Amino acid sequence: MAEITYLEAIREALFEEMERDADVFCLGEDIGAYGGAFKVTDGLLAKYGESRVIDTPISEIGIVGAAAGAAHMGMRPVVEMQFIDFIANAYDMLTNYVATARYRAFLPCPMVVRGPSGGYVRGGPFHSQNPEAGFVHTPGLKVVYPSTAEDAKGLLKAAIRDDDCVLFFEHKYLYRRIKGEMPGGDHVVPIGKARLAREGDDLSIITYAATVYKALEAAEQLEREDGLSVEVLDLRSLAPLDDDAIDATVKKTNRVLIVHEDTRTGGLAGEITARINERCFEWLDAPVLRVTAHDVPLPYAPSLEDFVLPQTADIVLAARRLAAY
Amino acid sequence: MARTGTKTSGGRGARRSAAAPPAAVEERDATLSEAQRLDLYYWMRLTRSLEERLVNLYRQTKVVGGLFRSLGQEADAVGSAYALRREDVLSPLIRNLGSMLVKGTTPVEILKQYMAKGDSPTRGRELNIHFGDTERGFIGQISPLGDMVPVMAGVTLSFKMRGQSRVGLVYVGDGATSTGAFHEGINFAAVQRCPLVVVVESNGYAYSTPTSKQTLAAQFVDKAPGYGIAAEQADGNDVIATYEATKRAVDRARRGEGVTLVELVTYRRKGHAEHDNQSYVPAGEIERWERENDPITRYLARLRNEGVRDDALAAIDARVAREIDEATDIAERSGVPDALDALVGVYADPPAERPLWYREGQSAVVDVHERAQGWGTYDAPARGAD
Repeated sequence: MAEITYLEAIREALFEEMERDADVFCLGEDIGAYGGAFKVTDGLLAKYGESRVIDTPISEIGIVGAAAGAAHMGMRPVVEMQFIDFIANAYDMLTNYVATARYRAFLPCPMVVRGPSGGYVRGGPFHSQNPEAGFVHTPGLKVVYPSTAEDAKGLLKAAIRDDDCVLFFEHKYLYRRIKGEMPGGDHVVPIGKARLAREGDDLSIITYAATVYKALEAAEQLEREDGLSVEVLDLRSLAPLDDDAIDATVKKTNRVLIVHEDTRTGGLAGEITARINERCFEWLDAPVLRVTAHDVPLPYAPSLEDFVLPQTADIVLAARRLAAY
Repeated sequence: MARTGTKTSGGRGARRSAAAPPAAVEERDATLSEAQRLDLYYWMRLTRSLEERLVNLYRQTKVVGGLFRSLGQEADAVGSAYALRREDVLSPLIRNLGSMLVKGTTPVEILKQYMAKGDSPTRGRELNIHFGDTERGFIGQISPLGDMVPVMAGVTLSFKMRGQSRVGLVYVGDGATSTGAFHEGINFAAVQRCPLVVVVESNGYAYSTPTSKQTLAAQFVDKAPGYGIAAEQADGNDVIATYEATKRAVDRARRGEGVTLVELVTYRRKGHAEHDNQSYVPAGEIERWERENDPITRYLARLRNEGVRDDALAAIDARVAREIDEATDIAERSGVPDALDALVGVYADPPAERPLWYREGQSAVVDVHERAQGWGTYDAPARGAD
């Protein structure tokens, strides 16, 4: 079977789920006639028509709120944020309304909010963000952030079928750079399970999304230059976190580096570190280290952006410090 | 498609002062049967009497949180909800107890909810009248105002997508019209031609803020043309006028003609909640509305004028009193929520969260649950007093 890109895998999931379930529909800005800012939804309108592929006003509160209302009535809306940065406009609707609906009012809210996320693309402060931490913090929401084409497809299908709201972060740096061969049949990847991206014995890198590839590059270099055997755990799901997989890799290598592209303070690395501290303290041979973005808005110029964001060399440096501890 | 509202007679000059009750609109021939007109009286009386019972329970400290009244607004809540069919869906706001009763909420549910009982509609998770039931056709509101407008745009979008002949109705107050969610929701619904009625209950105040500080628009129906939608305006203290204006909007929605903004002009005679001493209201204003424009007093006069006998009205009063007494007895006997239920149902899967390690095996953690103290001005000493 031919390989397809990460972006095409997302599109394939949308086509398959709309075909499978007439209650699935898409709504967002410029997703219909134009096919979306990145062409993720290209072709959906032609096949499913305006009633199921809805070009909306520029209106994140309106779109997310309308999706919630339709979801209460049994529909399964898939919302596109043109850039995930704009999800901040719908923060109230997602955290106050959607996330609480099942708990406070027993209202099911099966919906997906998906959108292009992340940096390394010279997008500047409003087209590069990774706002996952604020939503991982909110009980009632699920959050996934795949790094491979296979997981992009399988997790989106799982998200659409989930009975609660799932935020589906797509890394735009990976859209056309990453390809994969789709497993046959109805390929669904369960939410809440991490993926072991590389096996190793000496230390573990826990990461997700685009930095999975930087971690893998670093692991290659560390093996080549230092003879270190590095394990890389790709979380895939951020809420819920796969605690079993995290514990297993900590107990295997006893040294942990957490890498994410999001900023440092309040980022997921802190939460993962705390969990390891509570559950696996006696298994650690070194303090848990973090490689993250600096705590600044993401700047535009390549020299600035590359300085702010985590790079392979940073991961190599941190891993060496960890190995030597 | 009609681009403008059907209401054109509203004054375009200065905003009508909340201090001046609107003149009673010209009486029309009621299209409702006598049984239906008595129904409207029953719901209004039930709303008021149930809230009066809640005040007693509040003073007995049996209401756990705040108490929100709709005194003086019973007609706008009841009359508008009465325009809906059983299969239609409404989203109430805090002053829409009457709307919820019309849509099938029972007094015992309201009482249990206010008393935070374990078998209340939200099992003690939410306050006051914040609950819903999609079977009976009402969706539980949340506190951030305006948010229910986009949600109801989506509810009614689903009606349209499925070819159902159902209508949605969402209430906002004068205050909520200032929110971004109100704008985004009404615009979304307008563009999608959703079968939605947006009712603006203009009751003079949002908490302590008078309508003159919410908007410079002379009247809320003036906002409708900007969205390309129809508008209706009615005296919200006239239950029949409210019903008729809302019914026109509901019929328009059901015919596939999209959104209507309905402005119901009324007056909030109590504070934002029971703790609010309304120090910001000009002297005499509340009393004038009570004396000159009480919706139940007005409706009773109208019914008597139409030949309804006093014993028929007295029978309704007796029925309401009996139902509230019975509901109170049932609600008071209900138990408090099981503490571990707090961890159930955040998600469909997993069905429950695990207790944190320091709570494992425990089902209660404090011996005496502290009571909330006053939130606002009700119990505060007068300024300058020792």
